[in-house]
Amino acid sequence: MTKARELNTPLSEPTVRDLRVGDVICLTGRIFGIRDATQRRIFDEGVSPPVALASYPCLHTAPNARKVGDRWEKICIGTTTSTRMETYSPPLIRDHGVPAIIGKGGLLESSLEAMGECGAVYLAIVGGAAALQTTQIEEIEAVYWEDLFPECLWQFRVRELGPLIVAMDSHGGSLYEQVRHHARRTLTELTAEPR
Amino acid sequence: MTLEGIVETVAGDLYVRALKLLPPDVKDALVSAHAAENGELARQTLGTILRNLEVAEQTDNIICQDTGTPCYFLEVGGDFPLDGAALVAAIRAGCERATLEHDLRPNIVDPIRRVNTGTNVGWRVPVIHFEFIPDDDSLRILIVPKGSGSENQSFLRMLVPAEGLAGVRGFVLESVVAAGANPCPPTVVGVGLGGTFDLCARLAKEAIARPLGSRNPDPELAALEAELLADLNRLGIGPMGLGGDTTSLAVHIETADTHISQLPVAVNIQCWCARRAAAQISGNGEVELSELRHRTDGTRRTNGRGR
Repeated sequence: MTKARELNTPLSEPTVRDLRVGDVICLTGRIFGIRDATQRRIFDEGVSPPVALASYPCLHTAPNARKVGDRWEKICIGTTTSTRMETYSPPLIRDHGVPAIIGKGGLLESSLEAMGECGAVYLAIVGGAAALQTTQIEEIEAVYWEDLFPECLWQFRVRELGPLIVAMDSHGGSLYEQVRHHARRTLTELTAEPR
Repeated sequence: MTLEGIVETVAGDLYVRALKLLPPDVKDALVSAHAAENGELARQTLGTILRNLEVAEQTDNIICQDTGTPCYFLEVGGDFPLDGAALVAAIRAGCERATLEHDLRPNIVDPIRRVNTGTNVGWRVPVIHFEFIPDDDSLRILIVPKGSGSENQSFLRMLVPAEGLAGVRGFVLESVVAAGANPCPPTVVGVGLGGTFDLCARLAKEAIARPLGSRNPDPELAALEAELLADLNRLGIGPMGLGGDTTSLAVHIETADTHISQLPVAVNIQCWCARRAAAQISGNGEVELSELRHRTDGTRRTNGRGR
């Protein structure tokens, strides 16, 4: 098994530029959790996030969590499909300085361009492996926009969150594009085969 | 407890059970896929999936954070002593209670205003499908909490009869390529064939709810299931769409007769976390874990005019 390299957040641009498609890492430190409704508020409604996201990775998530008194307790925290949020990802990278988006399913061409321009990556986490990832989330440090629950802006402290596979890098590399290309070519072959 | 109360309790308990424990057939399929996978990243991904199942059991947590859209399949015995309206009310109450008691993530919103009901119960949700079984005094309940990553990858096309089997094959393969990494592969691919637009979609959902290892009782369709699975696993999409040998764990086909001028085909995809849980409630209120009957024994094939 590929050994995961541990990186601490915040992430600097040289650290991110050094990452290449196929690298396996894990993250320790602060990350943010965002989702569709969080980004509709930021980008469609034009509301500035109440906390600076710059240099911190964003995880595509809507957790199972409960509020006890003033504190939020984790129950089960995992990852959602990123592709749905393609439209928000280039401005998240360009205007908010987000150096890494963690999710599953991948992002598309316009995000890959922004990653190249700004020095950002897409980190593929194993979708559905939420019970495991919950043990890697040490604490819900803060929750903003509680009215959007479960799609709030979440601030987590994580320890060795991963394994995370660098699936899109800042040099134009995309595992998803490679896989899609191969799948389409095979599809053409399969449908041409006489049966 | 009244029979209505028992149905409510079972409907809620099954929801939580499905979220916490994968059926043994699904777990076995993932273990086999891990052993057979040649890609290094793909093997690591499957290893993480298996590790996650262990952690979920050890920490008594749900496996995946997406508590899904609750979909219930009911087999109601003709002699089961509870009427349909009471059944629906009991299922809804059980689903709501489980959500609130276990702090399950609420997923169900109004489609336009996006207001969350907070209970996983809403207007026409849970989805409840009925089959009525003659000469039977029991009720079987199957729940599939359907995750949205895979549900969003659903496809339906009204083929014309001239497109035939080749058209069906092509559409299934195309759909899985279009779904790509999004539905959390390795997937279970449900195919509905025949019926009408609405029935065809329901058949595809029934297909993903079948136990892995089950085959369509019609030998021709069973052969098509095997052939499509082999084809899908040549696409190289792999676990989580990052490349590899294991794109799908199974292809299940369910059919209904259709109109002379139609050949509807629907594809509903299930993620690797192919959750389901089922129980049987007898007329006197006894409860035991169980699978649905008609999905594996093929009795429906002999109904009507036969084949």
